[in-house]
Amino acid sequence: MAAVLDTDPPAAERWFRRHAGWVRVTHWINALCFVLLLMSGLQIFNAHPALYIGERSDFAHPAIAIEARRAGQGIAGQTLIFGHAFDTTGLLGASRQGGELTPRAFPSWATIPSDQDLATGRRWHFFFAWLLVINGLAYLVLGLASRHLGRALLPSGGALTHIGAEILDHLRLRFPRGEAAKRYNVLQQLAYLIVVFVLFPLMILTGLTMAPGIDSAAPQLLALFGGRQTARLIHFVTASGLVLFVAVHLAMVLLSGLWNNLRSMITGWYDLGEERRTAASRQ
Amino acid sequence: MSRDRPHRRGLLKALAALGGLAASGCDRLSNDQHFRSVLDAANTLTYRAQRLLIGAHKLAPEYTEADISPDFRPNGSTDPQDEEYLDLADNGFADWRLKVDGLVEHELALSLAELRQLPSRTQITRHDCVEGWSSIAKWTGVPLSEVLERARVKGEARYVVFHCADTLNEGSEIVTDPESIRYYESIDLVDAAHPQTILAYEMNGKALTTPYGAPLRLRLERQLGYKMAKYIMRIELVRSFDDLHGGKGGYWEDRGYEWYAGI
Repeated sequence: MAAVLDTDPPAAERWFRRHAGWVRVTHWINALCFVLLLMSGLQIFNAHPALYIGERSDFAHPAIAIEARRAGQGIAGQTLIFGHAFDTTGLLGASRQGGELTPRAFPSWATIPSDQDLATGRRWHFFFAWLLVINGLAYLVLGLASRHLGRALLPSGGALTHIGAEILDHLRLRFPRGEAAKRYNVLQQLAYLIVVFVLFPLMILTGLTMAPGIDSAAPQLLALFGGRQTARLIHFVTASGLVLFVAVHLAMVLLSGLWNNLRSMITGWYDLGEERRTAASRQ
Repeated sequence: MSRDRPHRRGLLKALAALGGLAASGCDRLSNDQHFRSVLDAANTLTYRAQRLLIGAHKLAPEYTEADISPDFRPNGSTDPQDEEYLDLADNGFADWRLKVDGLVEHELALSLAELRQLPSRTQITRHDCVEGWSSIAKWTGVPLSEVLERARVKGEARYVVFHCADTLNEGSEIVTDPESIRYYESIDLVDAAHPQTILAYEMNGKALTTPYGAPLRLRLERQLGYKMAKYIMRIELVRSFDDLHGGKGGYWEDRGYEWYAGI
């Protein structure tokens, strides 16, 4: 591996400017906002850890609920999802705080602040919600103006027909190399399109729908989402979808060349050299 | 690829340590006054943005009889034990008077009977609690604007303060200064003039009961539930609420919640 192959490209061709400055800045601001919104969101959810369908809360029949129940000498955590109950003691419903099992929907390590404090959780949440929206708008405006959104995120017709092969390659952890690594592959494109144009807008719109002030200006939001409590349910479920996306995203970043990926999202520069060497040795 | 591994391990360890630091860091930030005032700026932005959007006239959604909650839970104070309140309740609130004073031309002291004589509005609306749940009920009462019109609000007034009868006990401590933690709330004049801002004396067709704020509670339909003061004793028109109790314009505001609760 130490020997330099004669297929080694010159330095000028090794380094590829993968991400523009504004892409990197908006990416990291968004990442920060998402983490803080998620953790403060769980704090807010903890204040009434039950989700319903409709305009009002039918307290006896939540669609999803996390609660603590009496169990033997102590308590147990239980999560109800559409009628099915799961024992989640230790994580959801009841978790350890200072050694003792206490009733609490999401555990203290997952919330901001870490103890029960709805007032402060809301402050964090609504500050970073504004930042997310402003940053998101900047991303969209810059993305459209620079044609980045169209060029980078829209799959070409040809790429979509290869989607089956892409999925198999990804499952086998075989990632695009060399020239192919310069562009987002079709799975990335679809994932990012869904995140940018479906998941985040849903978060924002359902969040606004829960605001009594906004409801007076745009009651259509209530009609769209099936009521304020359904909006709260969708807000939570969509957040779970985003968590899933982030988990896959981080795994992919880790597995397809962590250092190279991180560097390209911080400085912009991506090293094609290693990929080319590996590709050459595979021929 | 093998060259990445030592980098990867070190980085992962650093990230984990960073995560732990971040968690405790966030808690410390929550308690820092300067950081908190930065966070608070968002609420001012929300207030201004919503005022621009909803102005003085946009109405909160109204529902039908069929939508009314059979399980509307009373929240906050539900059974005030203050002597003054209990005396008034014992007599069916016949001796209760709604005082209206502060920056007004005419101070008022209206009985329940007199309030019922004034124009009334009935509205079936959705109550959104800051905790996250919603319940729908039918409320009947006199629009606040009708009362304020009769009191003739002075030009320098900017807020309407509601002083309530209920003392919220902080844990099991004996209350030495009841004045300091009696519930109170405040709204601006835009909301005070709003058609759906009523002083309700009836809920679901019957006289308001104690758990829901008898004899009179505020309905403020474009904001969250904690703004809708119960057990109202006195309405005061003020220029500023800075010198009132904790200075944030309400019981819960003094304890960290936002003054403008449109979200």
